[in-house]
Amino acid sequence: MDSKISSILEQSSTELLSEWLQLLTSSYRQGVLKEAELREECREFLQAFAKAVQGDRLDSIQGPQWSDVRDILTHMSRSRSQKGFTPSETAMFVLSLKQPLFERLRQQWSDRSHELLDEIWQTTTLLDRLGLLTTEIHQKTRDEIIIRQQEELLELSTPVVKLWHNILALPIIGTLDSARTQIVMESLLQKIVETGSEIAIIDITGVPTVDTLTAQHLLKTITAARLMGADCIISGIRPQIAQTIVYLGVDLQGIITKSTLADAFALALRRTGTQIHRSDVK
Amino acid sequence: MERIPILQMGDFLLVTIQVDMHDRLAMTLQDDLTNRICQANARGVLIDISALEIVDSFIGRILGNIAKMAKVLDAQTVVVGMQPAVAITLVELGLSLEGIRTALNVEKGMNLLRTGFDPQSAPHLFPRG
Repeated sequence: MDSKISSILEQSSTELLSEWLQLLTSSYRQGVLKEAELREECREFLQAFAKAVQGDRLDSIQGPQWSDVRDILTHMSRSRSQKGFTPSETAMFVLSLKQPLFERLRQQWSDRSHELLDEIWQTTTLLDRLGLLTTEIHQKTRDEIIIRQQEELLELSTPVVKLWHNILALPIIGTLDSARTQIVMESLLQKIVETGSEIAIIDITGVPTVDTLTAQHLLKTITAARLMGADCIISGIRPQIAQTIVYLGVDLQGIITKSTLADAFALALRRTGTQIHRSDVK
Repeated sequence: MERIPILQMGDFLLVTIQVDMHDRLAMTLQDDLTNRICQANARGVLIDISALEIVDSFIGRILGNIAKMAKVLDAQTVVVGMQPAVAITLVELGLSLEGIRTALNVEKGMNLLRTGFDPQSAPHLFPRG
């Protein structure tokens, strides 16, 4: 079967392009995308599209002849997603091609309504599929951005700081879930090896709640540090958390706790044999 | 047969594990070490496991046992240089090696042995005052 869209795309690609562009520029927000850029995208897409519809399989966009079209759309959706376009704006890129295309079909086939309907149906399914593809990629790009930001936040929120020679501190801010505690644990232990620190202060002043799992993770971290030859001090336990810990029956035996980071630091200094004197200089 | 060398430094025995421990090797080490503690009348044993990347529950238990046996023979044991991944694995396996002293590296381990685990007589890292 010889497809009619194929011949339309061949005969009147220039008119199609200009009509399509007009539709796109009217629906897009101004200034976000340069017109020349958009024109280039459209031209590329039409070229690839015209080549793809020459094949005989028009019911699926998975075939090898569609790979160019898919590549162009993937690239387009990614850049749209990163520029902050909405999914519908991204999908409109493909879907707005329908209007000029159907207009042409109608002009050529107005005398044979039955075949016209068939042809329109086939074309609309095809373009819908391509539109869905853009939405999918748009969403995927967004998800990737969110995951990357999550990871960055995780890294940012668990800094291991060196307070003094042989003394590390790990101020934890925010809720401790399992994934986060895992990262906290690994980065602390890694830093202990790197710096050869004997004492690590885990400050949980910024932690609003502690559940059994978190407490267990903390205990595991402390035990692991002890196995490596470093001691841990927990500081900044809020009264509410102290109550929870006791109610939960978490055993903190053998673990040094101090109320403030300053107390913990003072103890750590004493343990490493350091003394600080305040001289009353006028 | 493959053996892990045991070095003697004064009153102390020094064991550096450089190869992957398999069960047989660990058992041999346990035998050799207890014998050497008696022969040399050693006061301390330092086991450096910084080259080990994998420690399973069996090796973990052997380490624990070696420490207990040494204790019976009146020698202290210090395990040094455990990698973070190894420490995490042991904790996840539920082995906290109670009764074993640990240090970050050989130098700190030797210091620990020399001071006889008495924190009061620990050498100061910084001059006081």
